[in-house]
Amino acid sequence: MQVKDIISALGLTVLSGNNGLSREVTGGYASDLLSDVMGNCESGQVWITVQTHKNVMAIASLRELAAIILVKGNKPEPETAEKSEEEGIPILGTDLPTFTVAGQLYQLLHS
Amino acid sequence: MKEYRADLHIHTILSPCGDLNMSPANIIRVALEKQLDIIGITDHNSVLQAPLIRDLAKKQGLTVLCGAEVTTREEIHCLAFFPTDEELFSFQQYLEKYLPHQPNDPDKFGYQVVVDEAENIVREFEYLLISGIDQSLEQVEAEVHRLNGLFIPAHVDRPRFSIISQLGFFPPDLRADAFEISRNTTRQAFMTSNPGLKRWNSIQSSDAHFLNYIGTAFTKFLLESPNFVEIKMALKNENGRKILTD
Repeated sequence: MQVKDIISALGLTVLSGNNGLSREVTGGYASDLLSDVMGNCESGQVWITVQTHKNVMAIASLRELAAIILVKGNKPEPETAEKSEEEGIPILGTDLPTFTVAGQLYQLLHS
Repeated sequence: MKEYRADLHIHTILSPCGDLNMSPANIIRVALEKQLDIIGITDHNSVLQAPLIRDLAKKQGLTVLCGAEVTTREEIHCLAFFPTDEELFSFQQYLEKYLPHQPNDPDKFGYQVVVDEAENIVREFEYLLISGIDQSLEQVEAEVHRLNGLFIPAHVDRPRFSIISQLGFFPPDLRADAFEISRNTTRQAFMTSNPGLKRWNSIQSSDAHFLNYIGTAFTKFLLESPNFVEIKMALKNENGRKILTD
């Protein structure tokens, strides 16, 4: 499954990183502690978070994540969006909270 | 030039988690017993108790830096200190503007009270002070510096509420005047495992919420006299002022 398939299935908005929509998605990770994500996420995962700081992109790039979903209407800070474009790792948006999006993504990936 | 001992991270009864014995008079007494020359009063998201402590301490030869320990949107704790009351109270307005209006429940979180010299309660702060304000790390940094303050990310070695726990690592371009190491480690041990942080100066303080923790960690400054301007110079390594490391 690719990032663009998740976007259409979950009704997400592309906030940045249009050039990365064909990245392959292998799973998901939900956490707002960046130290936790850095230590525990796996490459190819979609990361669900409220955090908008530019360090989010540094970690996504380091761990080769497929995409980031910002929940509850959060928008990336300008430098975060810039990095997303540079790295080709999309930042996707939703008004839903983490619990709901994580549930939907889990179902989608395991159906 | 002389060596001064500074514990720049002390809470008072205004912080919900601060012990009720953390009154202005008690804090000053214990700080003097511990042979501190300078203390920082840093309640969670509020500066309101600091000026009284500064005024009382001055009569006893103890210097007080007035400030707060801000919780950013990312739930990072940062110390902020200001040179004058005008800037200090501007910062208080900024904090109140962005603090969520979540009422405090004293039974769960503790009392948030401001007292006068006779230890009468003059105000009970209604909103929970340990919430994160709706401002990012960089926005808080910009506001502190706009008001000519000092911006010091707190207890960066701790696994909770620190830059490293919340953001994974130090943003390399962060305009911090220094960072703070907690009493739980030594400067040497921390710097050995975090060599990338050498570009910033570091202080160490107690983060005391109880009287017996005051002075359990402190920073030695080489200054002409104990005041905000001299400490600012030391953090910038200017005019011979500096932090003394063992």
